[in-house]
Amino acid sequence: MTEKIAYYPGCTATSYAKYMDSTTRAVMKEYDIDLVELTRWTCCGTFFGLVDDNLTSQLAPIRNMIRTKEDGFNQVTTTCSMCYNTLKRANLLFKNDEEKAMRLNAFMYEEEDYEGDVEVLHLLDIIKEKIGIDKLRGKIVNPLKGLKIAPYYGCTLLRPTEVSVDENSERPTILSDLIFALGGEAVEDPYMTECCGSYLTVKDKHLVADRTNKILSSMTRKDVDLVMVSCPLCQFNLDARQKEAKELNPSFKEIPIVYFTQLMALALGKDPKELGFGEHKINPTPVLKKRKLLGTALKVPVKAKK
Amino acid sequence: MATEIKHEMVKIIVANTEFEVPSNLTIMKALEYLGWRLDRGVGCRGGFCGACSTIYRLQGDHRLYTGLACATKVEKGMLIAQIPISPANKKQYNIEALKAEPSTMLEFYPEIARCISCNTCTKACPMDIEVMDYVQAALRGDIADAAQISFDCIMCGLCATRCPAEISQFNVGILARRLYGRYIAPKYKQIEKRVKEVEKGTYDAEIDKMMKADKNAIAKLYNARVREED
Repeated sequence: MTEKIAYYPGCTATSYAKYMDSTTRAVMKEYDIDLVELTRWTCCGTFFGLVDDNLTSQLAPIRNMIRTKEDGFNQVTTTCSMCYNTLKRANLLFKNDEEKAMRLNAFMYEEEDYEGDVEVLHLLDIIKEKIGIDKLRGKIVNPLKGLKIAPYYGCTLLRPTEVSVDENSERPTILSDLIFALGGEAVEDPYMTECCGSYLTVKDKHLVADRTNKILSSMTRKDVDLVMVSCPLCQFNLDARQKEAKELNPSFKEIPIVYFTQLMALALGKDPKELGFGEHKINPTPVLKKRKLLGTALKVPVKAKK
Repeated sequence: MATEIKHEMVKIIVANTEFEVPSNLTIMKALEYLGWRLDRGVGCRGGFCGACSTIYRLQGDHRLYTGLACATKVEKGMLIAQIPISPANKKQYNIEALKAEPSTMLEFYPEIARCISCNTCTKACPMDIEVMDYVQAALRGDIADAAQISFDCIMCGLCATRCPAEISQFNVGILARRLYGRYIAPKYKQIEKRVKEVEKGTYDAEIDKMMKADKNAIAKLYNARVREED
């Protein structure tokens, strides 16, 4: 039976990287999960406001919790790690601080009072908890065989620990588990949980180029084919800043950066032309072709290994 | 014999002075009742032009209310101030030279990224538009949504006067609607065809005939007309 879950797309998935949205929906549909986009939603708040006595930055995320309730849901999911982090932390603040919760509700007097009863899930939570590895493997028709993938978590998926999608936020495996389930080979790297430079990309792109150089050079030394990310900003930084990284380090080797839902859609046999690979600065198509992953997918799913 | 209708009088405060006016008047009519000649802050008198932005408070209520003077009734103890003009950030552009891209809205009005979703603009809107929602749609580059939601805007500027992020929402909305109309809205081929026919004079003879017809004949034609479903 199809399960309906409220879906918060976030701005990137609806503007600059529509493939994030389309692949997410396509993948979830395969596993009988119907993502219902919130009727109304605002910016997530972009980052969690740490100023203790200023609640204005909590209005946006909490309002999205109210919208989730308005649509009749108690759970909301997003595929963007930035949105996930902001929404989840604001929600936790609301649940754990009665006085702040009261003030937020009082300010938003035009809305129904929020009671802190929405659960924020990352799409990876859904894959892990609601779908599970076995069911996941059961639908794979184009296993990513021979594809060496470096998982890259960045910060927002793991830190702080109370919002981490992996029990072990210092040595996570959730992305590697996913890669193996898709039939690929996960190549972990010590830099996989480092920060990509985040929003500093706007102010100082060379700082981000330096981070990109360090992170990706460490991964390319292990001969990986591509890097898999779960955050649109990591995706942008690690992809777009390779140009500047090359200026910084002449021996820098280019490497494609892909979103985890793109690889999932590929493994599920979706048309590779519709997965947005052409929208990346470094196109992953050549390496996928080299690994013979762009041919016709199998008709029957590969049976799950015992 | 005409009956004299007596109206209850209410006290209102305008320009820090207390006056008594009949309770059934709008703010605009009350001002004129008091002998004010309105040069600014008055327009269509029908709630459509957005010229008569007014802010007021009510007795014993901490909130600052907003409304159109021509469409808001006076209340007991109302403390009124009119806003003759909303100074706004207004960009000049040639619509033909623009592209309807996600970045277009931010390019002209980067301040929309300062929106904190406080919803104060929506509370200020006399047209009950979800102002915050269209600013947010503009922020995520959804021009069609921004145009759709802001459609009823009358450009009164009350949203902009209240915004803590100093956004000129109504100018953001009109840019979205212009981009939508020029680049996104579906083009109706049958209208283009019909305009060409009109220009060519295809219907001139028929119109001439109608101009000379009597009222009954026109009524008959009107009642028998064929029209598309709405």
